[in-house]
Amino acid sequence: MSTLTALKSLPSPLKVGVSRTKLEVKQFFREREQLIFTFFFPIIFLGIFSAVFSGTDFSGGVNAATYFTPGMIASGIFLTSFQSLAITIAMERDEDLLKRLRGTPMSPQSYFIGKIGLVLCTSIAQFALLLAIAGLLLGVDIPSEPSKWLNFLWIFVLGTASGSVLGIAFSVVPKSGKAASAVVTPVVLLLQFMSGVYFVYSDLPSWMRGVASVFPLKWLAQGMRSVFLPDGFQVHEPGGSWQLGTGAVVLAVWLIAGLVIAQRVFRWTRRDAG
Amino acid sequence: MTDTDIAVRVRGLVKRYPDKVAVAGVDLDIHRGEVFALLGPNGAGKTTSVEVLEGYRHADEGEISVLGVDPARADRNWRARIGIVAQSSRDEAELSVAELVNHYAGYYPNPRDPDEVIASVGLDDKRKTRTRKLSGGQRRRLDVALGVIGNPELLFLDEPTTGFDPEARRQFWTLIENLRTEGTTILLTTHYLDEAEHLADRVGVIAAGRMIEVATPETLGGRGARTARVSWLDADGAHEVRTDSPTAEVAALMTRFDGEVPELEVRRPSLEDIYLELIGKTNAAADLATAEAGVA
Repeated sequence: MSTLTALKSLPSPLKVGVSRTKLEVKQFFREREQLIFTFFFPIIFLGIFSAVFSGTDFSGGVNAATYFTPGMIASGIFLTSFQSLAITIAMERDEDLLKRLRGTPMSPQSYFIGKIGLVLCTSIAQFALLLAIAGLLLGVDIPSEPSKWLNFLWIFVLGTASGSVLGIAFSVVPKSGKAASAVVTPVVLLLQFMSGVYFVYSDLPSWMRGVASVFPLKWLAQGMRSVFLPDGFQVHEPGGSWQLGTGAVVLAVWLIAGLVIAQRVFRWTRRDAG
Repeated sequence: MTDTDIAVRVRGLVKRYPDKVAVAGVDLDIHRGEVFALLGPNGAGKTTSVEVLEGYRHADEGEISVLGVDPARADRNWRARIGIVAQSSRDEAELSVAELVNHYAGYYPNPRDPDEVIASVGLDDKRKTRTRKLSGGQRRRLDVALGVIGNPELLFLDEPTTGFDPEARRQFWTLIENLRTEGTTILLTTHYLDEAEHLADRVGVIAAGRMIEVATPETLGGRGARTARVSWLDADGAHEVRTDSPTAEVAALMTRFDGEVPELEVRRPSLEDIYLELIGKTNAAADLATAEAGVA
């Protein structure tokens, strides 16, 4: 029996990781709370803001829907990566799912492949839906220049990657699964307000902008504005330009810091498990 | 005894936590194909010992071999050979029974057939039910399905029937008996003495971090513990004597009372009585040791 088992090799971490991705996506779309507060949240807010500020003139001939679209895209990336992972991993740890998985021959890599796969699937689907609604229903001009989409690509990748590793790291902060939403959501909300997702960033007090510029969401939002707003609009940015270089550096630093911290703090069992 | 006959071998297991010594030197041998029940009060070191064997915790001292491997250095291949059914679970609420069992089968090199496993735990009519909607007993049976899907040589079952009604417990016992018949070695922890008596080939009693006795359910506590007790009532009140010859005792009483003996009872202690006596002695000794240490 045992010799027979030894002959057959374990399934590859990648194969199991893909199978976990499918399972993760299935679960995500079956959980109402996740669906509303992570997936549809930015889409709902884009609709509300476009309606509320429809009479407001944003500088540079930009209307409300156009101004808020990049912010909501950035916000969505942050929700599907950071918020989604921080909350679900905290709950999975509290419910002993992580402990159960650790007791199986599943490779830890497969678990993280599943999480990354989940973030990619949900953030891409969310972005596609946001873009479709903005372009088709709200009359937002979607850029066609390849250079803008090239920028979009690296900003999107850096944004989802840094948000994911930070979410994995932050999942150890809530003391229980029940507390997870209550601990994670205010952090995300605060960052969204300070980073100019719900307001015109240049209208925010300078101290608030100072605080926001330490965190990744501000740079994610600014990067998305560079893609979806006309080039002339960058004179309205506080720095007078899109600052893509600085943004790339800040996001990369958060990505590396997140990776290091996540590796150090991640645990498969509850804190009270000793 | 060769390595192929023995599933678990533990010598001198010690595990300390910052505030206490949870396991203070446990020895244990579990043979292949046997069902071994680990008994002991809460906080006695049962769960810690089992979690060391499962590889979740690392021992501070001792030699530990599970399927020939030290769990502290175990790899994925070793994990493929064991199955763990932990205490109550409520994870993955939005997935169905069939989805979960099929998914977990994909973790193993040599899994059992998912449909057969679902049928064997009696969840055939719940295949498409999301786990959130399962009853407590059904959820436990799903946990067992996930524990055995990899076709393990050794299965850990941690208090599997806590909160079951008597009928569900009987069904669960049948499930475990079937696994045993198929040759799976099982390490079971339980608070129910009747469960241990029914399922286990041998039982081990842990108290205050030590293994105080290992025996078959029939011989636990030694011959003395099995001594029959004869009790009756007379004008002076209730009497009880312990005797190896209860029949002679009853005959003598019959002569004395010249007929019916009031409230006559002949009892042999149940496994539970013996267990409680064992635990009681250990606790009394531990209390005494603590008291002496306090004086010193």
